[in-house]
Amino acid sequence: MTNTIGDIEDADVILVTGSNTTENHPVLSTYVKRAVKFKNTRLIVIDPRRIKLTEFADYWLRPNLGTDVAWINGLMHVIIAENLHNQKFIETRTSDFEALKAMVEKFTPDYVESITGIPVQQIIDAARLYASAKAGAILYCMGITQHTTGTDNVKSLANLAMLCGNLGIPGGGVNPLRGQNNVQGACDMGGLPNVYTGYQKVTDEAARKKMEKAWAVTNLPDQVGLTVTEMVPMAHDGDIKAMYIIGENPLVSDPDLNHAEKSFSNLDFLVLQDIFMTETAQLADVVLPSACFAEKDGTFSNTERRVQRVRKALQPPGSAKDDWEITAEIAKRMGYDMVYDNSEEIFEEIAKVTPSYAGITYDRIERCGIHWPCPDTKHPGTPILHTAQFTHGKGVFHAIDYIPPAEQTDDQYPLYLTTGRVLYHYHTGTMTRRTEGLNERAPENFVEISAADADKYDFKDGDKAKIASRRGEIIAKLKISTKAVNGSVFIPFHFAEAAANKLTNAALDPVSKIPEYKVCAVKLSKLMAS
Amino acid sequence: MDDQKRININGNSFSFTTGETILTVAQRNHIDIPTLCYLKGTTPTGACRMCVVEVKKARNLLPACSTPAESNMEVQTESQQVIESRRMSLQLLLASGNHNCAVRGSDGQSWTAFQLNVQQQDNSEDLCPVWGDCKLQNLAYRYQVSGETFPATENKYPMETVNPFIVRDFSRCILCGRCVQACNEVQVNNAISLGYRGADAKIIAAGDRPLKDSDCVFCGECIQACPVGALVEKDARYDWRPWSNRKVRTTCSYCGVGCQLDFHIQDNRIVKISGAEETPPNYGSLCVKGRFGFHFIHSEDRLKTPLIKKNGNFQEATWDEALDLTAKRLLEIKEKNGPDSIGVLTSARITNEDNYAAMKFTRAVLKTNNIDHCARL
Repeated sequence: MTNTIGDIEDADVILVTGSNTTENHPVLSTYVKRAVKFKNTRLIVIDPRRIKLTEFADYWLRPNLGTDVAWINGLMHVIIAENLHNQKFIETRTSDFEALKAMVEKFTPDYVESITGIPVQQIIDAARLYASAKAGAILYCMGITQHTTGTDNVKSLANLAMLCGNLGIPGGGVNPLRGQNNVQGACDMGGLPNVYTGYQKVTDEAARKKMEKAWAVTNLPDQVGLTVTEMVPMAHDGDIKAMYIIGENPLVSDPDLNHAEKSFSNLDFLVLQDIFMTETAQLADVVLPSACFAEKDGTFSNTERRVQRVRKALQPPGSAKDDWEITAEIAKRMGYDMVYDNSEEIFEEIAKVTPSYAGITYDRIERCGIHWPCPDTKHPGTPILHTAQFTHGKGVFHAIDYIPPAEQTDDQYPLYLTTGRVLYHYHTGTMTRRTEGLNERAPENFVEISAADADKYDFKDGDKAKIASRRGEIIAKLKISTKAVNGSVFIPFHFAEAAANKLTNAALDPVSKIPEYKVCAVKLSKLMAS
Repeated sequence: MDDQKRININGNSFSFTTGETILTVAQRNHIDIPTLCYLKGTTPTGACRMCVVEVKKARNLLPACSTPAESNMEVQTESQQVIESRRMSLQLLLASGNHNCAVRGSDGQSWTAFQLNVQQQDNSEDLCPVWGDCKLQNLAYRYQVSGETFPATENKYPMETVNPFIVRDFSRCILCGRCVQACNEVQVNNAISLGYRGADAKIIAAGDRPLKDSDCVFCGECIQACPVGALVEKDARYDWRPWSNRKVRTTCSYCGVGCQLDFHIQDNRIVKISGAEETPPNYGSLCVKGRFGFHFIHSEDRLKTPLIKKNGNFQEATWDEALDLTAKRLLEIKEKNGPDSIGVLTSARITNEDNYAAMKFTRAVLKTNNIDHCARL
């Protein structure tokens, strides 16, 4: 997030898109709801599903799946046409405005309605409202990113925020809500194929030299590595021979699971490190038991870049060990000494090699976390990014055209499928499905469908149906819901036994390599009586 | 300019800003005015009359939580009149339900019949589930009040236990309304409200239906707000006790919000989780997963020992066997097929330190940049 969670209550207008906030970030959603209820903040929700937040919204715009660039360009068209943009911010803080202006020229409300299905007047009203804000916050989540145009969608939201001068101010910002406890930290720590810690590029020789010195090694690789969504097909083709997987369950979370399973089975050697025997661990040659978060010391970095302490409260079961300890043991046996007495020693090394973490110590975050960047131990941290200038000087507008989703419905697969989570479960369910109470509230998989579609295909609420895509099929109960839009169904991906990701499309965004989980084409059919 | 405004509390003069209540000025200056229904950050209801203070020239005692501070106001927080009023309020509250702490009966009369009745209604011979962690009990001790002054009110509504997380014991509810404030003004789930009137008053959900059939999303904010034993975690009820409890502050491991929470640990097991108050980003709030979804930690299914697959079946192994094999195979494959034939998936679930170690291992030891995690998934 460019801004903080607490900041949300300072916004005049909040635009939430592609985030079912009350179910996926429940505590953060309380800030949005309180702002609307008690601080006269206006709320625009742009989401195909009738999520809970729509009840709090002044405007709810319901786009067709995968048409985000079109409606964002449409809002910008109206804002520029009506001269509601922030000329001063554009002149002093940004570049390439003319290119953007030329691109959004054709995205008239009529044209946008023809793509997105959002009525013209709603596009105009929402544009005027967002542009009217002194401070306007944009919150988004995987509904924006998990598309073949995910990068385009995010850049378009940044365009919109810059157009109205909504960056670098309290209550503004472009705020991705991170779905996992430490996804921010895993990225910050260089758990990515192209960067070391703090986003220092592996292709930058100075960064490489610095790391070589810090780690006392030579010849660090200088080519960008593979993303998970590239490794899996390469394993399938035999180019990746071995994998070391820590705390991940790709055999439920990856797209097009049938293909993924073949890929993992094809490896010469798979070592899995986890707290449970997951679906993926079943395929491993070696399984190493690790301690869970309640059994280890360390830090997580949250969605607002706040580095916070994790504290050991319990002994791990059996002989399970800290993840870092296991990794260090493997390193030692491969001839490299990675010796740390405790997690704090590792954190000190992180601070040494990472400018944005340089000023953070365990002592300083004992009582309250600090937002990076925090360049030195006197620095208070940085709650709001880009207050004076952007990371690379001026903010660049990107002129982006609309591209439809990779897979369209047709006669054979007439319904769109979108996936996500429910309140009571988390990701692949290895943790939440082990709490009875949560299972009582959300016991099994379901297909959320509109009443009209259920009628059309002659289904009743609770009927079991077969849902098939070009890649696989699953069986699940139908749940008629007012959340669903006609022509689209929603399936949560928590349930391995009826995994939604057997259906999803592995088509990737060309830049971020994110799969298009939020749109694919499916068909429903009745189960044959056996 | 606001600095010029001053209020006198217990003979001392304090500055205040417009809009501050007597209570907030007092709290800022470490003057302890007892409260029951007051919930920080929400609209004061003035329902419980516990925070009443004496204000010179005012006709009645005024609730400190909802009375704005005014210039030259003279306030007494523990005058005889104030204490008498608080004692009376407490006596009424204690008589309003099953408050079977030792306080009730401390004036030497028989407590057996009452106690037996409470135990019967509760199906438990234990002390009240929040004994030692009850604001009402604390105040009764502080003001030396028993529950015998007024006859006990009959318990009208049975306990609700039909959801997996929250036990609602109406016999212990003092109708302070903190849970309603927590639900409507903090979490804004709008699931519960004050229903019925007068002696029939009750906290209700969705036209007086069980929580499970209402808009309740089981965030448990109401439990944390409840000052008595009316709302208690189902799992921890009669299990959690403040005197055998160790607390450890940590960060929640579900979504990216990073809520600060306290584990409550007894016998090396987590018995309950509460939100850490007074600290960002959540200021005490949690969701259903963060508050109740901790059972996986103690699951029997946890991996406890390394496993090596032999002939298609996993067999238990020592750490040395498993680590030696892993190192050997990775070295062989690296030698034979090159470093880029190996891929590492680190995790968005583990700590920064764990991720750093995995990152360093991949680049410095395996000598590949093939490292990623599920940020995209």
